[in-house]
Amino acid sequence: MTGIERVEGRACVLRGDDIDTDRIIPARFLRAVTFDGLGEHAFEDDRIQAKDDHPLDDERFAGASILIVGANFGCGSSREHAPQALMRWGFRAFIGASFAEIFAGNCTALGLPHVTLDAGDLAALMDAVVLGPAQAVTIDLVARSVTSRAGTVAANIPDGVRRQLLEGSWNATQVLLDAGSAIEATAARVPYLADFAG
Amino acid sequence: MTNASRQIPDTRNLLDKIWDVHAVRELPSGQTQLFIGLHLIHEVTSPQAFAMLREMDLPVRFPERTLATVDHIIPTLSQQRPLADDLAEKMMSAIEKNCAEHGIRLLDPASGRQGIVHVIGPELGLTQPGMTIACGDSHTSTHGAFGAVAFGIGTSQVRDVLATQCLALSKPRVRRIDVSGKLAPGVYAKDVILSIIRRLGVKGGVGYAYEYGGPAIDAMSIEERLTVCNMSIEGGARCGYANPDETTVDYLRDRAFAPQGEAFDRAVRWWKSIASRPDARYDDRVELDGDAIAPSVSWGINPGQNIGVDERLPRPADAPAEERASLEEAYRYMSLKPGDPIAGTPIDVAFIGSCTNGRISDLREAARVARAGRVAPGVKALVVPGSQAVAREAESEGLHEVFLAAGFEWRLAGCSMCLAMNPDKLVDREICASSSNRNFKGRQGSPTGRTLLMSPAMVAAAAIAGRVVDVRGLL
Repeated sequence: MTGIERVEGRACVLRGDDIDTDRIIPARFLRAVTFDGLGEHAFEDDRIQAKDDHPLDDERFAGASILIVGANFGCGSSREHAPQALMRWGFRAFIGASFAEIFAGNCTALGLPHVTLDAGDLAALMDAVVLGPAQAVTIDLVARSVTSRAGTVAANIPDGVRRQLLEGSWNATQVLLDAGSAIEATAARVPYLADFAG
Repeated sequence: MTNASRQIPDTRNLLDKIWDVHAVRELPSGQTQLFIGLHLIHEVTSPQAFAMLREMDLPVRFPERTLATVDHIIPTLSQQRPLADDLAEKMMSAIEKNCAEHGIRLLDPASGRQGIVHVIGPELGLTQPGMTIACGDSHTSTHGAFGAVAFGIGTSQVRDVLATQCLALSKPRVRRIDVSGKLAPGVYAKDVILSIIRRLGVKGGVGYAYEYGGPAIDAMSIEERLTVCNMSIEGGARCGYANPDETTVDYLRDRAFAPQGEAFDRAVRWWKSIASRPDARYDDRVELDGDAIAPSVSWGINPGQNIGVDERLPRPADAPAEERASLEEAYRYMSLKPGDPIAGTPIDVAFIGSCTNGRISDLREAARVARAGRVAPGVKALVVPGSQAVAREAESEGLHEVFLAAGFEWRLAGCSMCLAMNPDKLVDREICASSSNRNFKGRQGSPTGRTLLMSPAMVAAAAIAGRVVDVRGLL
């Protein structure tokens, strides 16, 4: 699989902390056996309540491929439908103050870069993008940086996640299968699978 | 091991020990390839995983280590097939087909053992100390009550487990949370975990596993510990656990899937050996005063936004600057006023159930309150047992009659109004007193519906009063 070194595109700013996955994709849209068609329902209830004043409905952010968010984004339910919906809406990467753990893992599994910035850098980036939504924002995974009109700032991403994205090795199944018979060997020494012998 | 006493003392905590037993290898990414001892699946997050498996042309590696049930979409009025809702029927058929094709055991309503996945794992004795457990559901942390390392995963990771019985994971840090003292009458496990989340915040646990201990946790039954561990994820911690002890052993003895006979005795020796010892090392420690915990009620749009039932709603001006926007957003959504008491808030719906509080002990406590009154006019009150086994037990004790006589509806087992993927939903701006785990915007099925989280006894009290009241006055 081809890796990802950078994501460049226009960005959308979604302010607020602790935005949970029920808000990203309400549970009624999980009543399906595929992820098809989730994109159009991303943030559906928030968008209805915002009466077209939601960043996802803001024409200035139309076509954005990077979503900029606050702290603890994607908390709550483990539903992979959340990053699936955002990906199908058109987002290819996330920049935030912090991400909830299961959401971050789901993003990695889908090959969606998600980097965090220090508070001051994030606030400056959000302001710059709101003022100039047409500008390109670049997430550079090689240099661990984010570049916008606000300048180039350091981006944080766990080493392992960065490596998986750079190598294109985010489909963990393939990597895990490489362990071969070491999996069965481990099972054989797990006490509860060995009748608690020994 | 005869020289054990002369060796360096083992200061590994329970998570360290379980991690070491299950580690297959270190991955190039620096993560651990961890063997998963028990994989639980349900109808919502598994069908896409099976589709991915098919695309990769892979079999299920250890079909006997996966167990399936249906809980999220299952209706609670009639479970007659085909289900009245076509989408629900389609999801039900999909899990039946996938399980049959791959040789996975499915506990459906016809089995008599169906229920919420986090209720049936423990009650069947499937969940045991020392296990690694994964499920495509964030409340998998529940199973940590037995001293297991259990966490929620996404659908791509469900595929990983089906194909390899492993996950690629970074080892979490461990925060020990000691709850001292003794809970007062009318104060429950639910109030303990709500207080922990209020104190540490909804993102305080990111990157951590929570180890719960101390006198108040030690004194809890397994069912109470399940409630505490269940909501670890609401505090940001992907997994939470309590160490196995005599309570754990007594609970597991003679359960259907627990080891039997001499194997049980051998199991007990291993279970005890993996518990964190008093000198175990932690990355962080926090202590809470259990004596000071009051019945708690959430008032906002995340579970950390909760207060004691005798407190007044917080004023955004008194909060740290970075929290003010969240508080103001919560007030706008909830239409509540800073400085008002939470007690007295009128409710429209009362929901008793969920993987947090849908077990027999929860229903017994709620029934104690329900015996003393009748559901207030205009309030819709539902009791949804967490599993068919819980329902049978409650019916054998006559609890369903207590609820029915008091004006509650007595339903069939499932997740129901916790997340409203079945017909049980709030309507418009209704306010629900709920024993579930999330008060997120729109969580209970109406995009503008409002949720007040509390213990099952507090929900029963609110149903009868028609408003939030302190259950301590009713017991």
